[in-house]
Formats: sequence, C-alpha cells, structure tokens
Amino acid sequence: MAVPSELAQHIESYVDTSRSPTQQATSLDAVISLVKNHLITIETLVREMEIYLTTTDNVIRARGTLLIAELLMNLVSKPLDNVTMHSLIGFFTDRLADWRALRGALVGCLALLRRKSNNGTVTASDAKAVAESYLRNIQVQSLGQHDRKLCYELLECLIERYPNEVASLGENLIYGICEAVDGEKDPYCLLRAFHIIEALVQLFPDPSGPLASYCGDISENLGLYFPIHFTHPNGEEADVKRDDLSRALMLAFASTPLFEPFTVPLFLEKLSSPLPLAKVDSLKYLSYCAPNYGADRMAKHAGAIWISLKNAISTSMLESAKSFTSQSLNGLGFEENEITTEAFMLLKTVLMQNSDLLSSLIMDDEDISTTFNNMTSYGSYSDIPLQGKQRLHVVGRILYITTKTNIACCNRFFESFFPRLMDILEISKRNSSGGCFLDENYSLANKFHFGAVYLCVELLSAYRDLIMESRVTATDSIHAKEACCCMLQRFSLSLINAFCSTLRTGCNKVSDDVDIYFRVKGLQILATFPEDLLPISGSIFENILRTFMSIILVDFNHILLWKLALRALVHIGTFIDTCSRSEKASSFMAIVVEKILSLVPFDESTLPFSLKLEAIFEIGTSRQSHMLKIIRGLEESVFASLSDVYVHGNLRSVDMAIQLLECFSNKIFPWIHGTGDLEEVLLRFAINVWNHVKSWTASDVQVQEKGLLDATMMATKLAVGSCSEESQNIIIQKAYSVLSSNTSLIVKESTTTSIPVHPEGLQLTRQTDKFSHKDECILLLFASIIIAARPKTHIPNVREILHLFIASFLKGYVSSAQALGSMINKLGLKSNGTEISSDCALEEAIYIIFNTKPWNSYNNSVSGQCEATSNGIEIGLSDLCVGYVNNRLLQVNAIVGLAWIGKGLLLRGHEKVKDVTMILLQCLLSDGSTGASKLKQSLLEKTCEQDLHPSVMKSAADAFHILMSDSDDCLNQKFHAIIRPLYKQRFFSTVMPILLSLVVKSDSSFSRYMLYRASALVILDAPLIVVVSEAKKITPILLEGLSVLSEDIVDKEKLYALLLVLSGILTDKNGQEAIMENAHIIINRLTDLISYPHKMLVRETAIQCLVPMSKLPYTMIYPMRTQVLQAISKALDDPRRAVRQEAVRCRQAWASIASRSPHF
Amino acid sequence: MVSGLINANPVVYEKKERRVRSAPSDADEYAVESIDQQEVFDHIRDIKDPEHPYSLEELKVISEDAIEVDDHRSYVRVTFTPTVEHCTMATIIGLCLRVKLIRSLPSRYKVDIRVAPGTHSTEAAVNKQLNDKERVAAALENPNLLDMVDECLAPSYE
Repeated sequence: MAVPSELAQHIESYVDTSRSPTQQATSLDAVISLVKNHLITIETLVREMEIYLTTTDNVIRARGTLLIAELLMNLVSKPLDNVTMHSLIGFFTDRLADWRALRGALVGCLALLRRKSNNGTVTASDAKAVAESYLRNIQVQSLGQHDRKLCYELLECLIERYPNEVASLGENLIYGICEAVDGEKDPYCLLRAFHIIEALVQLFPDPSGPLASYCGDISENLGLYFPIHFTHPNGEEADVKRDDLSRALMLAFASTPLFEPFTVPLFLEKLSSPLPLAKVDSLKYLSYCAPNYGADRMAKHAGAIWISLKNAISTSMLESAKSFTSQSLNGLGFEENEITTEAFMLLKTVLMQNSDLLSSLIMDDEDISTTFNNMTSYGSYSDIPLQGKQRLHVVGRILYITTKTNIACCNRFFESFFPRLMDILEISKRNSSGGCFLDENYSLANKFHFGAVYLCVELLSAYRDLIMESRVTATDSIHAKEACCCMLQRFSLSLINAFCSTLRTGCNKVSDDVDIYFRVKGLQILATFPEDLLPISGSIFENILRTFMSIILVDFNHILLWKLALRALVHIGTFIDTCSRSEKASSFMAIVVEKILSLVPFDESTLPFSLKLEAIFEIGTSRQSHMLKIIRGLEESVFASLSDVYVHGNLRSVDMAIQLLECFSNKIFPWIHGTGDLEEVLLRFAINVWNHVKSWTASDVQVQEKGLLDATMMATKLAVGSCSEESQNIIIQKAYSVLSSNTSLIVKESTTTSIPVHPEGLQLTRQTDKFSHKDECILLLFASIIIAARPKTHIPNVREILHLFIASFLKGYVSSAQALGSMINKLGLKSNGTEISSDCALEEAIYIIFNTKPWNSYNNSVSGQCEATSNGIEIGLSDLCVGYVNNRLLQVNAIVGLAWIGKGLLLRGHEKVKDVTMILLQCLLSDGSTGASKLKQSLLEKTCEQDLHPSVMKSAADAFHILMSDSDDCLNQKFHAIIRPLYKQRFFSTVMPILLSLVVKSDSSFSRYMLYRASALVILDAPLIVVVSEAKKITPILLEGLSVLSEDIVDKEKLYALLLVLSGILTDKNGQEAIMENAHIIINRLTDLISYPHKMLVRETAIQCLVPMSKLPYTMIYPMRTQVLQAISKALDDPRRAVRQEAVRCRQAWASIASRSPHF
Repeated sequence: MVSGLINANPVVYEKKERRVRSAPSDADEYAVESIDQQEVFDHIRDIKDPEHPYSLEELKVISEDAIEVDDHRSYVRVTFTPTVEHCTMATIIGLCLRVKLIRSLPSRYKVDIRVAPGTHSTEAAVNKQLNDKERVAAALENPNLLDMVDECLAPSYE
C-alpha cells in the first residue's frame, strides 16, 4: 500500500469545509478510483478514517461519514463480502442516531440497501435493524428538505425490498410513517410520501389488522393535501408536476377500501366547494376510488353521491350555458367543460356498480320529475324560458348517460320514461301497418312538444349508441326481447310517421331551429336502428327517405334544415352500407341517388345548381357504390354540356359545365385520391375527354370561352395526375393519336417550324397567327396531360412534341411553356435512358430547345445589330429573348417560356439553369449597353427600337418570380415534378451575389430599377432563414425592392410577402446589424408604406415593423421621431380598425422615447 | 393630500368578454370600418384605476353604453362614474381618459369627458376642470401628475 499519504491528503481535502465544492468533488473521485482499482480496500479506508468518524467535531464527523457513504453510492457494482456489508450497515444504522451527521448515515444506508443481489446485499435482520433505528431516532419533519427527501427514499426502499421484515414492526411502523409524513410540504417529498403510504397499505392487507386503527389518521393526513394546489410559481419545481402529485395522491387514497368511511365524505364535501379545481379533482378521485372500494361500501354513499353529482352537473352546465342560444349544426351549442365530463364519468361508474340503487334514486328524484313534467308541456324551444332550457338540458344529458350505461339501466329508464313521453306526444301504440297512414294528419306542430321530443331523442340515441357499442366490443349482445326493444317496436311506426309529418314542408317555417334539429335527428336515429332490433318495413323506410329528399329539393332556403337533412341522408346511406339489406339499399339508390342525379342535366328545378352539386357529392361520400354511380352520372352531364357548348355553340351551358368541372377538380378527384383504388374512374374521365375532343374539333362552331377551357384543363390535369404510369401511358397514346391526326398542328410544326418575323408584321397579324380554336383546344389539353405525367411515363415522339411546344409558347400559350418545363424536369438522363433508343434524353431535349434555330428571318432589313450577328438567317431561343428580333410580343413570350423551362431545370438541379439565368440577366441589362438616352427615346416615342422595351425587361424580372415561387398549375408535388431539396436556397445563394454586383455596376437607372425588381422577387420566395443570414447584404436591395413593388397595384401580394421578409429580419437577432446600418432608409420606407392604399395587411405590417425600430439606440432614431409620429398619427385615421389599433401601440412605443406631452 | 385610500374597498365586477370583431372579407380591400363605441371602449377599458390594481372596466367606472361616438362629426363623449361620490381621484381618472383618447384617436376628434350626472359631489367643478384645455395642459406640465397618468395608462397599450 503505497498510497496512504495521498489518501490522507484526499480525505483531508474532502472533510475540510473551507475547500470549494469542486475540490471536494475531485478528491472524492480520487478516493473512488483508488478503491475501484483495488489499490486500497474499504476496510483499510475505514480504518484510515477512524479519527474522522469518531471525532467530537460535528462538522468533520459529518463529512467523514458522508465520504464513506458517497463512496459506497459510487461503488454499487463492486462486490462486497457479507462481513463487510454487516459491519458497514451496522455502522450506518448506529449513525442514524447521530442527528448532526445524519446525511452521511442516510446516504450510506440507501447505498447499501439498494445494492443488487449479486454484489452482496444487506441481510434481512440488518435491514430490520435499520428500520428500527430509523423509527427510533429520526424526526423527519425537523430535518431540512434534502434530508427529508433522503429519509423518504430510505423508507420507500425498505418497504419495497424488505416487506416482510418491515411489516413485522407492525403498528410501530405505521405510527412512524404517519409521524414522518405529517405536515410535509415539499412537492418532491410529498410524491415520495404518497408512494410510501400506498406501499404501506399493501403491507397490511388484513382489514382487521394493525392498519385498521390508523386508517382515520392516515386519511386525515392525506386529506389535508386534497385537492392538490400549488402556490409556488411553476418554474422552481419543474420536475414535479401537479398532475403527477395529484395522481400519486389518488393512488394512495384508492389503495385500500378501509379509507372509504373517511375519504368519500371528504370528496363529497370538496365537490360542493366553489373552486373548479376541487370539483374536478373530487370527481376524478371518486371515479377512481369507487371500483377499488367496492360496490357494498359505495352503496352507503349512493344517495349523497347522487345529490352532489346532480348539483355539480346543474351548476356547471348553468355556467357554461352562455352560448345556449347559438344554434349550430351540432345541437344546442353547449360546451361541456371538464367538470361536466368528469361528472358524467362518475355517474357512469357508480351506475355500473350499483345499477338498481342509483337508477331508482334517479327515477325518484324530485327535480328530475318536476323538470320532466314542466318542460315537456312547452310547444316549441323558443317558448321555454332560459332557466327551463338549461334544466331540460341537464335532465336530457343525465338521461342519456344513465340509459347508455348498460342494458339493465336502459330497460329501466325506457320503461319509466318512454311511455310517458309518448303520451305527451299523443303517439298511440298502433302496431298494425294499416294504422300508420291514418296519422297523416298528425301535422299539428303544437302538439309536438319540444321538451318531449328532445328527451325522446336523447333516450333513443342513448339506446342506439349502447347497441352499437356492444356490437363493436361484442360483449353482452342485446336481444330483441329486451323490454326497451319491445317498447320501441310498439311505438316506432307512429313515431316515424309523426316525425315525417312534422318535417314535411310547411311546418318548418314556423318552428325554431332547435326544434328542427331534434326532429331531424330523431328520424335519422330511427332510420338507422339495427334491422334485427327494430324492423322497419320498406315502405316506411322509403317514406323517411322521401321526407328528407323533399327537404333537399324544396327547402333549400332554410339552410340549417337543408344541411341537417343532407347530413341525415348521408348517415343513413353510410349505415345501409354496414347492415347489408338489399331492399333498403336499393330503395336508397332509387329514391335518393338516382333522383338527385336525374336533376342535374335540367335546370328546371328551383334548387340552385351549386347546392345541387354539394348535395350530390355529400350523398356520394356515404358509400362507394353511390359515388361510382354519381360519378358516372355527372360525367355524362359534363360531356353533354361541353358538347353542347363546343358542338352546338350553346353558350348557356358554359356556366353549368364550369361548375361541374370544378366539382370534379375540387371534390371528386381529391375524394378518389383519398380512397386510392378507383383509378379506372380517372382513366375513363381522361379518355372520355379525348374521345370528345374529336367531335368538338369536327364542328364548325367557334367558341371563345377561356374559363371553360381552363376548367377542362384543370380537371384533366388532376385526373391524369392521380393515375398510375400504365394508365397515363394509355391516355398519352390516345391523346397523341388525336394530336397527330390533326394535320394542321403537327405537319406544320415538325417539318418547317418557321415563324415569319416582321418588325411590324407580327404585331399586325397577331390574331391570325394564333392557332385556330380547335387546334388550341387540342394543344392545351395535350399540354395539361404532359404537365401531369409521371417521370417514368412514356411520351411518344418527344422531339416532335418539343418542337410543337416551342412553336406554340412563342405564340403566347403559357401552358405550352409549362408543359415544356415539365418535360425538361422529368426526362431521363442519357445513362438510364438506354432502354428505348428512340427516346429523347434530357441532354438532347435541352439541345433542341436552345440550339435549334428554326426561326428564319424573312426580312433582312430588320436592324443593324440583327444583321451583324445572324445575317438575317437564323435566330435561336436565347437570341430571341435578348431581342435580335424586333418584336416585343414575341420577346415577352420567349422570356416567359424560358422562365418555365428554367424552372423545370432548377427544380431538378440541372446546371443548365445557369445559362437560363444569364440570358434573363442579359435581358435586364441590355439597355445599359446601348445607353440610357436610347431608352428614354424609346420610352417617349414608344417605338420599337432595338433596345429592350420596358415591358420586355419587366417580364425578364418577373421571370425570377416564376423560377422561385411555387406554382399550382404545374411543376409541383401533385404533378410529380422532380424536386431537389433546398433548390430555393441554392438558387438564392448563386443568383443574389450576381444581382448585387450588377446593381452596383449598372449605370442606367431603368436597368437598375428592373434589377431591384428581380432581386425583390428572388428574396420574397427564398426561405427566411437564408435571407436573415445574409441580411447585411440583402437589406439595402430589399428596401429598394419595397419601393419598386409599391408602385403598381398588381404587385400588392408580392409587396406584402417582401414586407414580411423585412419583418423577419427585424425580429431576428442576426438581422440587427443590418437594421442598424439601414435604419434611416427602413424608417423612410415603412412610413411610406403606412399610407399604402391597396392592401390593409401591408399597412398593418408596416406599422408593426416600426415598433421594434423604436428600440434602436436613441441617438440613431431621434431625428426620425417626428417623421414617424406624423405618419402614425395619419394611420390613427385609417379606414381599417386593425391598422388603427396597431397605430396606437406603435405611437406609444415611439412617443415614450422622448417628450411626454399628450400630443407628443 | 389625503393619506389612506379614498375608497378602500371598491366593488370589483367581472370583465366583459372581449368580442372578436369580424373584419370585412379580404375580397374588399377598400372597405371602411368607422370608429364606433366599442372601439373607443377598447381604447380605455384597460386603464388602471389610480388607487387600485383594477381596470376602470372592472370597477364599472366606464362602460360601453356611456360612450357616445359620432365618426362623421368627429366627436366623442365619455361619461364616467366615480366609485364614490367624494372621490378626489375623479379628476385624475378624467385626465387619464382624456390623454388616452387624445393619443388613440385621430386628431380631428373633439373629446368631451364628463362625470355622470349625480355621481359626484363637485360634479360641475370636475367637468369644468376636465374640459378646460388650459388646465389640462397645465396639469400635464406637472411631472408628478404625468407620472401618475402614465402609470395608469401603461396596461392599456398591452
């Protein structure tokens, strides 16, 4: 042993309280490592430390004991022999009596008691000795928080690991624990204390054992903490939450039925307190404890529980009844708060436990019977006074919950209430089917008392829910012979007839919405009862359906009723699906589905077309077979009306066709997409379109309906987009055959793709140069298929199609450009395109687009520049963009097309996008090369010189928006675009530096203006985090962009987006430096935007942005103060309230930086 | 100055629920929402009572019904009810109301602040003082008064 001196040093340093905690910790570590590495044994250490452990100096003794304890804590895995264990535990057991050095003793005991069995453990007798010493010596409540925590942990450990030994201590232990726990306030210690009590109860399961006499004390102790309520702010005790503590207490309470005589009265008492927290907790605890205490014990309290529950439910529902008058589709508009929810849970629990007792209590309850008798006499909902409504609702909910509990309750409640309700409603027990039609004249709505209808519906729905629940869980099945069942069967016919006749037209106008709600609901429930329990004959069922259908067709002005009826029909339709009885299914199909479909083509019915479509779609959602039928029907109508327009030139059908197509696009296709297995429907739709295209183009009628064509394209796109590759292949083949049979498109383009380029000629012949209507129709529909195609879908004759699209987008068809972009985006690379040799790979497609020069210039005298470069022969796409041909329109079209192609490239991350960007930048700059004077000239004279026209430059700037923004029309996830992650970031970080340097170099004001615009458009779509990280460079150009975009009303959305970017920079920490540098300009810009008239959100955001500006250093912003305050005081008179409110706040922020006169 | 509180134990009422106002739909950018009773009330409801940590709304010193607004003629009249008849804080409350409204309403507005008839022992004097702009200006020159007003107004900007 060569280490004693070192050891002594470490011990000395640990024991010395003047050393810093870190020094003590390192010396402890050193000692631990010595023991761990077998350099010294624990025995040696203890012997070495003798003087520290036996000295009369309290502090040193405490530290010495703690050192050994901490050491043992860290050596749980080191095996120790029995002798060592015995002597160590003996030592610590003794030390428990030494209150000055208690910490070490507690830690040591814990460390030894917690050891795993394979490394040597404390023997049972030793453990008992620990417990005895503990009970004899420690006054837990006189200790500090940390020591108390250790004490509880030690107790818990003893009870868990040595239950028999500890239990043998008997009453001593119980008394000790009661004493230890009494008055504890620290959350963590309490959590332990509750666990200890829970465990203690398990030790003495005998009801007449030693625990019995202490139950009163223990529950009294625990009761002090109920309900758990934290007065401390949450920050400190983040590790113990109120819920944990509350749950631990609940478990402790529920641990033995012996607590019942003490706890249940306590809970009931707290339940009547006005504190919501106490109420919720009492209800929760009662629900949890009731099953543990057992039915017999709880029976004693049944009466008291019922009365408290009733009061709790009534008061809590009265409080939450503010929204009682609001009528919504979801009934009475009551919000069930936590108290009511818990109360109903408890009601259900106690009912399950003591069904007979409680149900007789409820049925004999005076309040319930009074309410029942009074409230059922009112005719309509609106006649009942407010309090009455609330009471009625309480009774209704209680009845619902109790009836739904189990079948026994259900029988009892049905027997006692249902016949009385039927009497009030004057519904007779007619059972013969002949009698039911006599009830036709049961239309006296005033006999149909609301209260009775409401309670009846609650009973019925409870019964139905009970049946459905038991079917799902397949537990006790309910037979048709049950009392409630027989009763319902007896009344059902008359009841259904009564509901039907009151819902019939005429009665509804006078009734309140709530009345109608429950009538519809009642009928719906009756119609969806399981067949075996309530057989309804076919004619009755049809009667129900007809009643609802007549509402759908006639009562559409009564929106609530209409919606309710529609929802009821959907419910019934869904229900038929689950219980397959063909008779009902077929009558639903005939009366509802076919009837409503038959209405679509004719506009004679008064039901508005949009509502018709809504109803049709909703009914379709009830069942797949219904939807398929409906889709077929709607498809026929769509194509009929389209043909009506395109073949017969009947423009009246345009509106209907558009609505139908939108219904397909917005509702039906997404629904099909959701179900996922109806692809043949989509395929049929797309093929049908192409079948009809032939007939449309064959007719001579010329119809210019942009909206209709757009709607058709969108529907086609969505249909194709949701198809699989195989179906897409079929569609494309079909479409291509139509396209290629149309000679005027393909022949002209593929052989001699030439566009006559005249300086003025093209402009004059603009109209004639467009495709004829039918060509346009085919072309655009074909483009929409290409846009929606999947990457692997085979496109025939790619080169030809490329040429076609190139030619057409130059004529201004944006969809062609989008299709081209989609093709470029999805075409395979050469390496994996080897399967089909005739296929065109991406590289070739790019080559075709950029390098063929199919545009022959007829006119050699265009201009000097043009002659010089191309010698009037051939011009490529890029040349076209930059303006070698003096045709503004052509140039704009070329730039827009280029932008879409560039977007396709950008999304897939192809490097060619750089070239596209360069061409666009060249367009932005080109007037710089010819000089500003020429620009002015061209602006003034509005002639076509060879500098770029402003509109061309603007479209070049806007091309950056196309590149960066997400489009709904194409190149998105829905249409299977290949999208590389982070493409926006990448483009932003490559293009921004170029734009910034160009701005600096640019010497023409107009060109700079356009560069600002382009930069702004790139910034506003870039992810904020990237922009903020570049804030220093970006901010100046962003501010210029704000002023550029605020000039044109068309750009208001973009302006708003850009302003949001600025506000992002303002609120970010990384943006602060940039803000400081540009404070002056930012404030100028924002004060200008405060009066931006075209968008409220811009004004509001500008003011919000000004608030953080006021926090900048005083000297910096002081000079701006007057300017800002003047601008804001104008905003105080803004037409919009939101702006004014922001202005008040902002004004305060700015005013407080200086003088404080009322006017500032 | 009086030591101790003038109304040591005021009745505190419940706050009214804040109504969320439906803004005109985005479709109409140029819709006009004129300044109305509720908006003015929203400006002043959170002003703190000079004596107690409650808002004027909670003490029912002001209520929405006691505000008259005419947006076309740019006129507002606020009638407030001191909690006790002899309340010397009435002038401070009135001053707070005036300052807050001057700061929150467009400058075209004329603001009239009054004590509800019959609720204050020196009603006429208070009304005269509150609507005399010289005296208001003078009061706001007083740093102590101004501090007090600002403290009362602070919560209403949150």
